[in-house]
Amino acid sequence: MQYRQHKLDNGLTILAECNDLAHFLSLGFFVRTGARDETPDTGGVSHFLEHMVFKGTATKSSDEVNLLLDDMGSSSNARTSEESTIYHASILPEFQAPMVGLLADLMRPALRDEDFETEKKVIIEEIMMYDDQPPWGGYERLMQDYFGPHHLGQSVLGSVETVTGLTAEAMRNYHASRYSPDNMAVVVSGKTDFESLIRDTEQLCGSWPSQSAGRDTRPAIPHPGLTTMVREEAHLQYLMHLAPGPSVDAEDRYAARLLCMILGDTSGSRVFWEMLDTGLAESAGIGGYEYHGTGLIMSYFCSLPDKANQNTAILHRILESAVEGVTERELEIARQKVVSQILLSSERTGSRMFSVGGQWLNGHTFRTPAGIADLYRQVTLEQVNDVARRWPLSTGRTLSSGPQGDLAWPG
Amino acid sequence: MKFDDRLFQHTYANGLTLVADHMPWLHSAAFSIAIPAGCKLDPADRFGLCNLSCELAFRETESLSSRELVETLDLLGCDYYSSTSVMCTYFGGSLPAIHLAQALAVYADVVRNPKLSPAWLEEARLSCLQEVESLEDDLPSRVMSRLRMMEYGDPWGRVTEGTTESLQQITLDEIRKFVFDQYAPQGTIIAVAGQFDFESLRDLIGSLFGDWKNPATTAGGPTSLATAELEPHMEFPSKQTHIGLAWPGEPYDSDDWFRSRCAVGVLSDGMSSRLFREVRERRGLCYSVMASCHAIPGRGSCFGYCGTTTDAAQQALDVMIAEITRLKEGITPQELARLKVQVRSGLIMQQESCRSRVGTMISDWLLLGRLRPVDEPGRRIAALTVEQINSYVSDHPAGPFNLVTLGETPLGLTGAIPTTQA
Repeated sequence: MQYRQHKLDNGLTILAECNDLAHFLSLGFFVRTGARDETPDTGGVSHFLEHMVFKGTATKSSDEVNLLLDDMGSSSNARTSEESTIYHASILPEFQAPMVGLLADLMRPALRDEDFETEKKVIIEEIMMYDDQPPWGGYERLMQDYFGPHHLGQSVLGSVETVTGLTAEAMRNYHASRYSPDNMAVVVSGKTDFESLIRDTEQLCGSWPSQSAGRDTRPAIPHPGLTTMVREEAHLQYLMHLAPGPSVDAEDRYAARLLCMILGDTSGSRVFWEMLDTGLAESAGIGGYEYHGTGLIMSYFCSLPDKANQNTAILHRILESAVEGVTERELEIARQKVVSQILLSSERTGSRMFSVGGQWLNGHTFRTPAGIADLYRQVTLEQVNDVARRWPLSTGRTLSSGPQGDLAWPG
Repeated sequence: MKFDDRLFQHTYANGLTLVADHMPWLHSAAFSIAIPAGCKLDPADRFGLCNLSCELAFRETESLSSRELVETLDLLGCDYYSSTSVMCTYFGGSLPAIHLAQALAVYADVVRNPKLSPAWLEEARLSCLQEVESLEDDLPSRVMSRLRMMEYGDPWGRVTEGTTESLQQITLDEIRKFVFDQYAPQGTIIAVAGQFDFESLRDLIGSLFGDWKNPATTAGGPTSLATAELEPHMEFPSKQTHIGLAWPGEPYDSDDWFRSRCAVGVLSDGMSSRLFREVRERRGLCYSVMASCHAIPGRGSCFGYCGTTTDAAQQALDVMIAEITRLKEGITPQELARLKVQVRSGLIMQQESCRSRVGTMISDWLLLGRLRPVDEPGRRIAALTVEQINSYVSDHPAGPFNLVTLGETPLGLTGAIPTTQA
C-alpha cells in the first residue's frame, strides 16, 4: 500500500492509495461544494447539477454517457451533501484511463436546456420519494430550523419550489464558480497506475482555469426550540434532536465520536440498554456530524406513539447524564468497536477511496487506517469526559414527526 | 484471480453442515448459522412466532446474561445480527478473523442453550411489535410484501414479522416448543468466509456443535393456507404512487436461470438499462425504477418496482409494461456484451466482502443443494450467446403480471396485458 499525491499547476489535487494486491480500483472526482455553498434562491442546485453531469457533455449525449459507464462494467454513482459532491466508479484496472477520461469530461457538462427540464422532473420525483419516507422531510426541516439563516440549513435536495424555480443559466454560473480545479481532487484507491493517472489528468484537466472557490465557514448559532410535524397516518413516532458538537477541525472530535458510541451506538450503548434492549424503541442512536466551522450531535429514536413520551424522557436523561462521566470499561468497548470497524472497512477498495477523499475534503493530512485506529486508542477517559462537559448534548433543537402532536423536549 | 480450491464443506454426524470460502487475502471473517426454522413453520394463528423466538433466543443463554452476551461480542469487534426469513432463522456476524473462534463459541451457546426466559418475553414482544409497525411506515415494503404474497401465496409470500394481533397471542410455551422442535442440527448450515484454516475451523465447529442433538422430532412443515384475495391497490395519501409488478421467472436451479437473469439485467442493470433509460432518463417519470430476479425452492419470479408521482404513475406503469413485454423481441449483442463485463467486474468486486460470500453460499446451499463454484455465474453468463437469450425470451414472453399499487388512485394494466387479476 503506497500513498501518492500530486498537484497540477491549476490547483487540481491528485491522490492515490496504490495497492498492487487489489484486483480493481475505485476512482472519484471529489468537489468541495454542496448545499452550504448555495444561495437560498438556488436551493438544491448542487444536487441537481450532480444529476445534470450525467446528462452529457459538448461531445456526448446522455445515452452515450450511460453506455460508456456500462461498457466499462463500472459500479458508478454520485452523491451530494452539505459540503461535497462526489462522482465515483469502481472498475477493472484495464479501464483506468477511459474512466478518468470520461469523468474528467463529465466535470465540464453541457447543461443543455432540454435535458435540464427533463431532469428537473426526476429531481422533483426524488424529493417526493423522500417525502414518503419517515420522517417525511423531518431531517431537512430540523436542519433548517436549527441553523436558521446559516448556510448549513440549506436542504441538499432543495424544495419543489426552489428546484422548480431554478434555471439552467443559474446552474451554469454555479458550476463555473464551484467546479474550479483548486476546489477539486481526483482520488483513486486500489490497483492504480499513478504515473498514467497524473499524465492523463494533466492532459484532460490541466487547462481548466482556476477560480479560487472559497467557502463561508463562520460557526453556526443554534436556534433552540421544538418543531412538531403531525402526520396522522404514521404508525410510529419519530424524534430527532440536534446539539452543537465538534467541527471537522476540532481536536476533540475523536473523543466526541467515542462518547457518541458509548451513549448511542446501536449495540451495547446506554441507548441500546435502555431503549432498544427493553423493546421501548424500534430504533435509536446518537452520532456526530462534522462540518467546516461547526459540528452537530444528533440523537434520535422512533417508537410506537404511546411509548414516545417515555423514550423522550430516557433519551433526554442519557444526554443530560453524560456530564457525570463514562466508565473506563465503556470506553474500552467503544475503542474495540471502532478499531474493528476501521479494520473491516479498510479491506474494501471503495471505502479506502472515500477515506482518502474525505480526508482531503476536510483539509486533513492523510492518515492510514492503522494511524486513525491509533488516534482512537490514544483517547483517554479524561478526554471523553471533557467532551461531555464541553458540549451540552441535551441543548439545541428537537423535531417530532408522527401522529402525536404534543411531544415535548424536557428542559 | 484464483477461484479454485477455495470452497470447503463438511457434514457432521448429527446432520449439521459446514460450508466455507477461504479468502486468505482478508484479515476479516464472516459467518452465519442458518437454522431451517423460518416463518413458513409459523402456525396460521401465530404469525411472527419464528421472529419472536429468534428475538428472545438472542437475549440470554443459560450461561451468558444479556449484557455479557452483547459485551462479549462488542469486545470481539463483532458486527452481529440475528434475523429470520421464510426458510430460516439466521445468527451471524463479521469481525477481525483472529476473533472468529471466540465468536463462534458464543453463538454455539446462543443456538444450543437459549434461556428463553419469561423475564425478557415482553421486551422481545415489544421489539417485534415495533418492527411490524415500522414496516407499515415503509411504503415500498408494503407494496412488495403484498406483491410477494400475491405472487407466491402462502407460506412463501409471508412477511416474517407477523401481525400485531398474532404477536399478541404468542405464549412463552409456544416459543419454547418452536425452539425446542426447530433449532436442530439436521439441516442447519454454518457458512464461514474469510481468513481461516479449514481443518482448524472444521474441528472447532465439531467441538462446539458436534454433540448438538435435538431429542424432539423436528416435526413441522409449511402450514400453507389458501391465499386470501388481496386487493391490488392500497389507497394512501402518499406523495408518490408506489408500483410493484411481478411476473414468472425461473427457479434458481433451472438451466434457464442465467438466461432469465440476463433478460432482467437488460431491463435493470446499469444506467443504460432499458427501464432506467425509458422511464427515468427519457421521460423523467420517476427517480427509482428497477427489476430483479427472485427465487424460492422450485420456483422463480421477476419483480419490478417504481415510485412516481400520482400524475405520472399510469404513464410510468405503461412504459414499464411496454419495456418488459418488448423483451420478447430480443436483446442486442451490445447489451449482452455490457452485461458480461458487468458480471465479470461484480464477481471480482465481491471478493472483498466475506459477508457477501456468506450470503451467497447460504442461498446456493438452500436453493441448489450444493455450493456453486465462485466463478460459475461468470462462466455461465460469459458462455451465453445472444441467440440463446433471444430464443428464451421469445419462448417465455413476460406475463401474466401481478400488480400492486399504493397511492391516491389505483392504476390499471391497460391494453391486452395478461394478468392474473380478475
